[in-house]
Amino acid sequence: MNRFLLPLSIFIVVVVFLGVGLRLNPREIPSPLVGKAAPDFSQPQLYDPAKVFSPADLKGKVWLLNFWASWCSGCKTEHPVLMELAKSGEVPIYGMDYKDQQDEAMTWLRRWGNPYPVVGVDDAGRVGINYGVYGVPETYVIDKQGMIRYKQIGPLDPDTVTKKIIPLVKQLESE
Amino acid sequence: MKWLMFIALLLSGPAWAGEARPLADDPAAEARLKHLAVELRCLVCQNQTLADSNAPLAEDLRREVREMIAKDMSDKEIIDFLVARYGDFVLYRPPLKATTTLLWVGPFVLLTIGATVLVITLRRRAHKVVDVPVTDEEHRRVEQLLAEGGKRS
Repeated sequence: MNRFLLPLSIFIVVVVFLGVGLRLNPREIPSPLVGKAAPDFSQPQLYDPAKVFSPADLKGKVWLLNFWASWCSGCKTEHPVLMELAKSGEVPIYGMDYKDQQDEAMTWLRRWGNPYPVVGVDDAGRVGINYGVYGVPETYVIDKQGMIRYKQIGPLDPDTVTKKIIPLVKQLESE
Repeated sequence: MKWLMFIALLLSGPAWAGEARPLADDPAAEARLKHLAVELRCLVCQNQTLADSNAPLAEDLRREVREMIAKDMSDKEIIDFLVARYGDFVLYRPPLKATTTLLWVGPFVLLTIGATVLVITLRRRAHKVVDVPVTDEEHRRVEQLLAEGGKRS
Protein backbone atom coordinates (compact mmCIF):
# COMPACT_ATOMS: atom_id res chain seq x y z
CA MET A 1 0.00 0.00 0.00
CA ASN A 2 2.68 2.42 1.06
CA ARG A 3 4.52 1.70 -2.17
CA PHE A 4 1.69 3.18 -4.23
CA LEU A 5 0.86 6.06 -1.94
CA LEU A 6 3.75 8.29 -2.99
CA PRO A 7 3.41 7.88 -6.78
CA LEU A 8 -0.35 8.30 -6.43
CA SER A 9 -0.04 11.55 -4.48
CA ILE A 10 2.51 12.90 -6.98
CA PHE A 11 0.11 11.94 -9.77
CA ILE A 12 -2.76 13.78 -8.06
CA VAL A 13 -0.65 16.91 -7.63
CA VAL A 14 0.35 16.82 -11.32
CA VAL A 15 -3.29 16.34 -12.36
CA VAL A 16 -4.39 19.29 -10.20
CA PHE A 17 -1.72 21.52 -11.78
CA LEU A 18 -2.77 20.37 -15.23
CA GLY A 19 -6.44 21.02 -14.43
CA VAL A 20 -5.72 24.55 -13.21
CA GLY A 21 -3.45 25.17 -16.20
CA LEU A 22 -6.13 24.10 -18.66
CA ARG A 23 -8.68 26.42 -17.10
CA LEU A 24 -6.47 29.48 -17.43
CA ASN A 25 -6.92 31.43 -20.61
CA PRO A 26 -3.49 32.43 -21.93
CA ARG A 27 -5.16 35.04 -24.14
CA GLU A 28 -6.33 36.96 -21.10
CA ILE A 29 -3.41 38.99 -19.92
CA PRO A 30 -4.27 41.01 -16.83
CA SER A 31 -4.02 44.69 -17.66
CA PRO A 32 -1.77 46.86 -15.49
CA LEU A 33 -3.98 49.81 -16.47
CA VAL A 34 -6.96 48.78 -14.34
CA GLY A 35 -7.10 51.25 -11.44
CA LYS A 36 -5.05 53.82 -13.34
CA ALA A 37 -6.10 56.93 -15.23
CA ALA A 38 -7.38 56.21 -18.72
CA PRO A 39 -4.73 57.40 -21.21
CA ASP A 40 -5.68 60.65 -22.86
CA PHE A 41 -6.18 60.98 -26.59
CA SER A 42 -7.82 63.30 -29.07
CA GLN A 43 -8.85 61.46 -32.19
CA PRO A 44 -10.95 62.54 -35.16
CA GLN A 45 -14.53 61.36 -35.13
CA LEU A 46 -15.65 58.80 -37.69
CA TYR A 47 -18.72 60.71 -38.84
CA ASP A 48 -17.14 64.13 -38.62
CA PRO A 49 -13.34 64.01 -38.93
CA ALA A 50 -13.15 67.73 -38.25
CA LYS A 51 -14.42 67.12 -34.70
CA VAL A 52 -12.33 65.58 -31.97
CA PHE A 53 -13.20 62.80 -29.57
CA SER A 54 -11.38 62.95 -26.24
CA PRO A 55 -11.94 61.31 -22.84
CA ALA A 56 -11.70 64.77 -21.29
CA ASP A 57 -15.18 65.49 -22.74
CA LEU A 58 -16.59 62.66 -20.64
CA LYS A 59 -15.27 63.64 -17.21
CA GLY A 60 -17.94 63.15 -14.58
CA LYS A 61 -19.60 60.33 -16.50
CA VAL A 62 -19.30 56.59 -16.28
CA TRP A 63 -18.77 55.26 -19.80
CA LEU A 64 -17.50 52.35 -21.82
CA LEU A 65 -14.78 52.57 -24.42
CA ASN A 66 -15.09 49.82 -26.97
CA PHE A 67 -12.28 49.11 -29.44
CA TRP A 68 -13.68 47.53 -32.58
CA ALA A 69 -13.09 47.25 -36.31
CA SER A 70 -15.09 46.25 -39.33
CA TRP A 71 -12.51 43.55 -40.14
CA CYS A 72 -12.81 41.92 -36.73
CA SER A 73 -15.00 38.84 -36.47
CA GLY A 74 -15.26 38.96 -32.68
CA CYS A 75 -16.79 42.43 -33.00
CA LYS A 76 -19.54 40.97 -35.15
CA THR A 77 -20.29 38.42 -32.42
CA GLU A 78 -20.28 41.12 -29.78
CA HIS A 79 -22.34 43.64 -31.70
CA PRO A 80 -25.88 42.52 -30.75
CA VAL A 81 -24.82 42.65 -27.08
CA LEU A 82 -23.61 46.23 -27.48
CA MET A 83 -26.82 47.18 -29.32
CA GLU A 84 -28.87 45.73 -26.50
CA LEU A 85 -26.81 47.49 -23.83
CA ALA A 86 -27.03 50.80 -25.70
CA LYS A 87 -30.80 50.42 -26.00
CA SER A 88 -31.14 49.76 -22.27
CA GLY A 89 -29.58 53.17 -21.61
CA GLU A 90 -27.58 51.82 -18.64
CA VAL A 91 -24.29 53.24 -19.80
CA PRO A 92 -23.06 55.07 -22.92
CA ILE A 93 -20.69 53.08 -25.13
CA TYR A 94 -18.14 55.11 -27.03
CA GLY A 95 -16.46 53.44 -29.96
CA MET A 96 -12.87 53.48 -31.12
CA ASP A 97 -12.51 52.29 -34.67
CA TYR A 98 -9.19 50.48 -34.51
CA LYS A 99 -6.97 50.35 -37.62
CA ASP A 100 -9.86 50.42 -40.03
CA GLN A 101 -10.98 52.01 -43.30
CA GLN A 102 -13.44 54.86 -42.80
CA ASP A 103 -15.88 53.77 -45.54
CA GLU A 104 -15.83 50.13 -44.43
CA ALA A 105 -16.44 51.12 -40.83
CA MET A 106 -19.39 53.30 -41.81
CA THR A 107 -20.87 50.55 -44.01
CA TRP A 108 -20.49 48.09 -41.14
CA LEU A 109 -22.32 50.38 -38.71
CA ARG A 110 -25.06 51.11 -41.23
CA ARG A 111 -25.57 47.40 -41.72
CA TRP A 112 -25.46 46.16 -38.13
CA GLY A 113 -26.56 49.26 -36.26
CA ASN A 114 -24.64 51.92 -34.38
CA PRO A 115 -24.61 51.62 -30.57
CA TYR A 116 -22.13 54.49 -30.16
CA PRO A 117 -23.00 58.17 -29.56
CA VAL A 118 -19.50 59.00 -30.85
CA VAL A 119 -16.91 56.89 -32.66
CA GLY A 120 -13.27 57.91 -32.63
CA VAL A 121 -10.84 56.83 -35.31
CA ASP A 122 -7.58 55.17 -34.28
CA ASP A 123 -6.06 54.83 -37.69
CA ALA A 124 -2.50 53.98 -36.68
CA GLY A 125 -3.40 51.95 -33.61
CA ARG A 126 -1.61 54.36 -31.26
CA VAL A 127 -4.53 54.84 -28.91
CA GLY A 128 -4.78 51.05 -28.88
CA ILE A 129 -1.17 50.76 -27.77
CA ASN A 130 -1.69 53.35 -25.03
CA TYR A 131 -4.62 51.33 -23.75
CA GLY A 132 -2.74 48.05 -24.00
CA VAL A 133 -5.06 46.68 -26.67
CA TYR A 134 -3.71 43.52 -28.25
CA GLY A 135 -6.76 42.17 -29.99
CA VAL A 136 -10.11 43.74 -30.79
CA PRO A 137 -12.74 43.77 -29.42
CA GLU A 138 -11.68 45.11 -26.05
CA THR A 139 -13.87 47.17 -23.75
CA TYR A 140 -12.92 49.46 -20.87
CA VAL A 141 -15.15 50.71 -18.10
CA ILE A 142 -14.10 54.25 -17.19
CA ASP A 143 -15.36 56.01 -14.08
CA LYS A 144 -16.28 59.63 -13.33
CA GLN A 145 -12.69 60.56 -12.50
CA GLY A 146 -11.50 59.13 -15.79
CA MET A 147 -10.02 56.01 -14.24
CA ILE A 148 -10.11 52.57 -15.88
CA ARG A 149 -12.02 50.22 -13.58
CA TYR A 150 -12.42 47.13 -15.71
CA LYS A 151 -11.09 45.70 -18.93
CA GLN A 152 -12.92 43.15 -21.00
CA ILE A 153 -10.65 41.20 -23.33
CA GLY A 154 -12.54 39.75 -26.25
CA PRO A 155 -16.24 40.02 -27.04
CA LEU A 156 -18.72 41.01 -24.34
CA ASP A 157 -21.45 38.43 -23.83
CA PRO A 158 -24.88 38.92 -22.22
CA ASP A 159 -23.69 37.12 -19.09
CA THR A 160 -20.69 39.39 -18.54
CA VAL A 161 -22.86 42.45 -19.17
CA THR A 162 -25.53 41.53 -16.62
CA LYS A 163 -23.19 40.07 -14.00
CA LYS A 164 -20.17 42.36 -14.24
CA ILE A 165 -20.62 45.48 -16.35
CA ILE A 166 -24.02 46.68 -15.16
CA PRO A 167 -23.40 46.13 -11.41
CA LEU A 168 -19.99 47.83 -11.75
CA VAL A 169 -21.50 50.77 -13.64
CA LYS A 170 -24.22 51.15 -10.97
CA GLN A 171 -21.63 51.09 -8.22
CA LEU A 172 -19.48 53.66 -10.03
CA GLU A 173 -22.50 55.89 -10.67
CA SER A 174 -23.23 56.02 -6.97
CA GLU A 175 -19.64 56.85 -6.00
CA MET B 1 2.94 26.55 -78.24
CA LYS B 2 6.56 26.31 -77.14
CA TRP B 3 7.19 29.78 -78.52
CA LEU B 4 4.25 31.13 -76.61
CA MET B 5 5.57 29.66 -73.40
CA PHE B 6 9.01 31.10 -74.13
CA ILE B 7 7.50 34.55 -74.62
CA ALA B 8 5.48 34.17 -71.43
CA LEU B 9 8.70 33.29 -69.62
CA LEU B 10 10.39 36.43 -70.94
CA LEU B 11 7.44 38.58 -69.92
CA SER B 12 7.57 37.36 -66.34
CA GLY B 13 10.73 39.40 -65.81
CA PRO B 14 9.12 42.20 -63.74
CA ALA B 15 7.94 39.76 -61.07
CA TRP B 16 10.87 40.33 -58.75
CA ALA B 17 10.85 39.01 -55.24
CA GLY B 18 10.52 41.99 -52.89
CA GLU B 19 13.79 42.56 -51.16
CA ALA B 20 13.66 43.00 -47.40
CA ARG B 21 13.14 46.68 -46.79
CA PRO B 22 15.67 48.28 -44.48
CA LEU B 23 13.67 49.08 -41.39
CA ALA B 24 15.35 52.31 -40.50
CA ASP B 25 17.95 54.47 -42.11
CA ASP B 26 20.14 54.36 -39.07
CA PRO B 27 21.81 50.94 -38.60
CA ALA B 28 22.68 51.73 -34.98
CA ALA B 29 19.00 52.38 -34.16
CA GLU B 30 18.07 49.17 -35.96
CA ALA B 31 20.62 47.21 -33.93
CA ARG B 32 19.13 48.63 -30.74
CA LEU B 33 15.63 47.74 -31.90
CA LYS B 34 16.73 44.16 -32.59
CA HIS B 35 18.46 43.93 -29.25
CA LEU B 36 15.29 45.13 -27.50
CA ALA B 37 12.79 43.23 -29.62
CA VAL B 38 14.25 39.79 -28.84
CA GLU B 39 13.60 40.49 -25.15
CA LEU B 40 9.98 41.43 -25.74
CA ARG B 41 7.08 39.13 -26.31
CA CYS B 42 4.49 39.59 -29.01
CA LEU B 43 1.05 39.83 -27.39
CA VAL B 44 -0.71 38.22 -30.31
CA CYS B 45 1.52 35.27 -31.15
CA GLN B 46 2.51 34.68 -27.59
CA ASN B 47 5.41 32.35 -28.24
CA GLN B 48 7.16 34.71 -30.57
CA THR B 49 9.33 37.67 -29.78
CA LEU B 50 8.50 41.11 -31.04
CA ALA B 51 11.41 40.69 -33.43
CA ASP B 52 10.04 37.49 -35.00
CA SER B 53 6.36 38.23 -35.16
CA ASN B 54 4.56 39.43 -38.24
CA ALA B 55 1.34 40.23 -36.40
CA PRO B 56 0.10 43.76 -37.16
CA LEU B 57 0.35 44.65 -33.47
CA ALA B 58 3.99 43.54 -33.40
CA GLU B 59 4.67 45.75 -36.41
CA ASP B 60 3.01 48.68 -34.65
CA LEU B 61 5.00 48.05 -31.48
CA ARG B 62 8.24 47.84 -33.43
CA ARG B 63 7.33 51.19 -35.01
CA GLU B 64 6.63 52.57 -31.55
CA VAL B 65 9.98 51.30 -30.19
CA ARG B 66 11.77 52.67 -33.25
CA GLU B 67 10.25 56.09 -32.59
CA MET B 68 11.28 55.96 -28.95
CA ILE B 69 14.82 55.07 -29.99
CA ALA B 70 14.77 58.06 -32.35
CA LYS B 71 13.70 60.18 -29.37
CA ASP B 72 16.83 58.93 -27.61
CA MET B 73 15.00 57.18 -24.80
CA SER B 74 16.95 54.65 -22.75
CA ASP B 75 16.26 50.90 -22.95
CA LYS B 76 14.77 51.05 -19.49
CA GLU B 77 12.39 53.86 -20.42
CA ILE B 78 11.26 51.95 -23.51
CA ILE B 79 10.69 48.74 -21.56
CA ASP B 80 8.85 50.65 -18.83
CA PHE B 81 6.62 52.18 -21.50
CA LEU B 82 5.59 48.73 -22.71
CA VAL B 83 5.26 47.19 -19.24
CA ALA B 84 2.98 50.07 -18.17
CA ARG B 85 0.63 49.13 -20.99
CA TYR B 86 0.88 45.38 -21.32
CA GLY B 87 2.24 44.26 -17.97
CA ASP B 88 5.18 41.98 -17.22
CA PHE B 89 3.81 39.64 -19.83
CA VAL B 90 5.71 41.50 -22.57
CA LEU B 91 9.01 40.63 -20.94
CA TYR B 92 10.61 37.35 -21.86
CA ARG B 93 12.55 37.61 -18.61
CA PRO B 94 9.94 38.35 -15.98
CA PRO B 95 11.21 40.32 -12.97
CA LEU B 96 11.60 38.63 -9.61
CA LYS B 97 8.49 39.68 -7.68
CA ALA B 98 6.12 38.17 -5.14
CA THR B 99 3.88 36.90 -7.94
CA THR B 100 6.73 35.37 -9.92
CA THR B 101 8.55 33.68 -7.04
CA LEU B 102 7.24 30.24 -7.94
CA LEU B 103 8.35 30.76 -11.51
CA TRP B 104 11.91 31.61 -10.52
CA VAL B 105 12.33 29.37 -7.48
CA GLY B 106 10.19 26.45 -8.66
CA PRO B 107 12.81 24.68 -10.78
CA PHE B 108 15.36 24.84 -7.95
CA VAL B 109 12.81 23.51 -5.47
CA LEU B 110 12.08 20.61 -7.81
CA LEU B 111 15.80 20.02 -8.27
CA THR B 112 16.34 19.92 -4.50
CA ILE B 113 13.42 17.51 -4.03
CA GLY B 114 14.77 15.28 -6.79
CA ALA B 115 18.30 15.29 -5.35
CA THR B 116 17.01 14.50 -1.84
CA VAL B 117 14.90 11.60 -3.11
CA LEU B 118 17.89 10.29 -5.06
CA VAL B 119 20.21 10.43 -2.05
CA ILE B 120 17.65 8.75 0.24
CA THR B 121 16.97 5.98 -2.28
CA LEU B 122 20.65 5.31 -2.84
CA ARG B 123 21.31 5.16 0.89
CA ARG B 124 18.46 2.75 1.44
CA ARG B 125 19.72 0.55 -1.34
CA ALA B 126 23.19 0.56 0.18
CA HIS B 127 21.69 -0.78 3.44
CA LYS B 128 20.02 -3.63 1.60
CA VAL B 129 23.28 -4.96 0.16
CA VAL B 130 24.59 -7.22 2.90
CA ASP B 131 27.85 -9.15 2.80
CA VAL B 132 27.05 -12.87 2.75
CA PRO B 133 30.01 -15.06 3.63
CA VAL B 134 30.78 -17.69 1.02
CA THR B 135 31.68 -21.08 2.33
CA ASP B 136 34.58 -23.08 0.99
CA GLU B 137 32.18 -25.61 -0.49
CA GLU B 138 30.33 -22.88 -2.43
CA HIS B 139 33.59 -21.36 -3.56
CA ARG B 140 34.71 -24.67 -5.02
CA ARG B 141 31.39 -25.09 -6.81
CA VAL B 142 31.69 -21.64 -8.39
CA GLU B 143 35.18 -22.44 -9.62
CA GLN B 144 33.92 -25.69 -11.06
CA LEU B 145 30.97 -24.05 -12.86
CA LEU B 146 33.19 -21.33 -14.31
CA ALA B 147 35.64 -23.91 -15.55
CA GLU B 148 32.83 -25.88 -17.23
CA GLY B 149 31.46 -22.73 -18.87
CA GLY B 150 34.89 -21.96 -20.24
CA LYS B 151 35.08 -25.37 -21.89
CA ARG B 152 31.69 -25.11 -23.47
CA SER B 153 32.27 -21.85 -25.28
